[in-house]
Amino acid sequence: MSYLQYFLIPELDRRLLKVWLRNKDVFMKNIKLNFLPPFLEPILYLLAMGFGLGTFVDEIGGVSYAQFIAPALIAVSVMYASFFECTYGSYVRMYYQKTFDAIIATPLIIEDVIAGELLWGATRSTINALVMVPVIAAFGLIDLKYSFLIIPFAFLGGLLFACIGMCFTAMTPNIMALNYPALLFITPMFLFSGTFFPLEVLPEPIQYLALAFLPLTHIVRVIRTLAYGSLELSLISDLLWILIASMLFFILSMNLMKKKLIV
Amino acid sequence: MVNINPIIKAEDLVKRYGELTAVDGVSFHVKEGEMFGFLGPNGAGKTTTMKMIQCVSPKTSGKLEVFGMDVSAHEREIKKYMGVVPQENNLDPDFTVYENLRNYSRYFDIPREDAEKRIEELLNFVQLQDKKNVMTESLSGGMKRRLVLARALLNNPQLIVLDEPTVGLDPQARHLIWDKLRSLKKRGVTIVLTTHYLDEAEKLCDRLVVMDYGKILVDGKPSQIIKDHIGTGVVEVDNHPGIVECLRKSETSYEVMGEIIVIYTNDAMHISDQLSIECALDKMTTRKATLEDVFLKLTGRKLRE
Ligand SMILES: Nc1ncnc2c1ncn2[C@@H]1O[C@H](COP(=O)(O)OP(=O)(O)O)[C@@H](O)[C@H]1O
Ligand SMILES: [Mg+2]
Repeated sequence: MSYLQYFLIPELDRRLLKVWLRNKDVFMKNIKLNFLPPFLEPILYLLAMGFGLGTFVDEIGGVSYAQFIAPALIAVSVMYASFFECTYGSYVRMYYQKTFDAIIATPLIIEDVIAGELLWGATRSTINALVMVPVIAAFGLIDLKYSFLIIPFAFLGGLLFACIGMCFTAMTPNIMALNYPALLFITPMFLFSGTFFPLEVLPEPIQYLALAFLPLTHIVRVIRTLAYGSLELSLISDLLWILIASMLFFILSMNLMKKKLIV
Repeated sequence: MVNINPIIKAEDLVKRYGELTAVDGVSFHVKEGEMFGFLGPNGAGKTTTMKMIQCVSPKTSGKLEVFGMDVSAHEREIKKYMGVVPQENNLDPDFTVYENLRNYSRYFDIPREDAEKRIEELLNFVQLQDKKNVMTESLSGGMKRRLVLARALLNNPQLIVLDEPTVGLDPQARHLIWDKLRSLKKRGVTIVLTTHYLDEAEKLCDRLVVMDYGKILVDGKPSQIIKDHIGTGVVEVDNHPGIVECLRKSETSYEVMGEIIVIYTNDAMHISDQLSIECALDKMTTRKATLEDVFLKLTGRKLRE
């Protein structure tokens, strides 16, 4: 019963897009700097790991090591972009800049603000995918047949990590404590989600645990499948997992934030 | 006077934060076009009351209506017609002065052209035209406060609620703000504010309340409140031994406040004559009674927070 109060469905207003617009405007002020990381990072990783470390790896499932990690790099970037936007970024706007306080003095309510922030977080992920897909394609590491689908998918994957991040933001006592989820949740996920080695080398129970509790595994699977140029029916289960988890965390993060800020 | 519906109506309004009762059953009405003040020491519950009016903090119990609408059911509607100057500036540091206003105008769905026109007018009104493209961090305290005021006026509000609009400003900056409030009042805007500047509240507020410990101690017109609680004049004398004795005999209403004794009266001339004869006093100050006298009498001299 008492847990249900964290899953109340908010009545959102379309004005929440103005919050998205606010963040977009700030992003555009530093657009050059903001575009650099998603452009540079995949190149550095591919050079070091794909082509450096990769020379010691024969091939994985019929593809080169660089081809294997290229889609994972996109998935990781999707995760990082929205997770960090909606943890450190949102926390700064909420606590230090009092941006949320200013906005809720207008016809918007706190749930609108959070929804706008989450959509913006997902947009950051999409922007990263938008930059990375062509860069990686230029290395000839992805099949172009379905790769364009990675970009809209990045929005959904990004939304999931935005919502998860926002829950941490609502619960953290201070900005330093956000280092815990970053270290204990995001970093293991970066390493153990079938990113740099196939999940299948892990013991079977651990594989199931990873699929159940590490959202990145699903994102990696979808992006990798698309990057390999195939569309498999099994993607539906990953998509469903992501969709349902996103919805739950979307609602949860709003209720947690409301509890924190509206006293 | 015609009886118009109040803009704000609070009845037995209560706000608790856990165990602490910040607002303890207050009732007040604010009429259309009025400037209404909330005075009180730190922690009295003024900000909490403002936040409930602004629909950003839910009430615990009691009744609170703004524009005749219940704050818990019509927050979006109410906020559409209200302007807010919060106690703490919350300008957007990522934006310039102009961008702050433009961005804020979007939350009210003001169309671009209207917003641009309105922003020009408001920048003129608060005298910030030449700061238009400056980032807000580099503004002085007074300029920031004026910008927050301009932001509160973007939506042409019928009511503006200001929480310590002049706190921490130098006299020039303070006067400018009060001057702007006066001209808004002339245009018929209803103004509710909290302040620590009692002399200004006395001059500008049509009506006010003094709060302490979450309760309203007095309410009314400033002049009436002073008359009722103090009288018209005050005589201050140094606190020497023997004087209290003499005062007690002369049956005057007085208060010992550390090194001085304050005597409340409706006839300061008479009292001072009487005292200089009966109590052999030579050093006395006679002055008009002020709101500050009421404030200190009601809330005591003990330091808060
Ligand atoms: N968010 C809060 N949580 C707990 N207590 C609060 C909160 N906000 C204010 N208070 C307490 O409520 C009382 C009234 O505070 P406030 O309304 O800010 O007073 P004022 O504005 O008159 O100085 C104070 O004791 C203050 O500590
Ligand atoms: Mg206050």
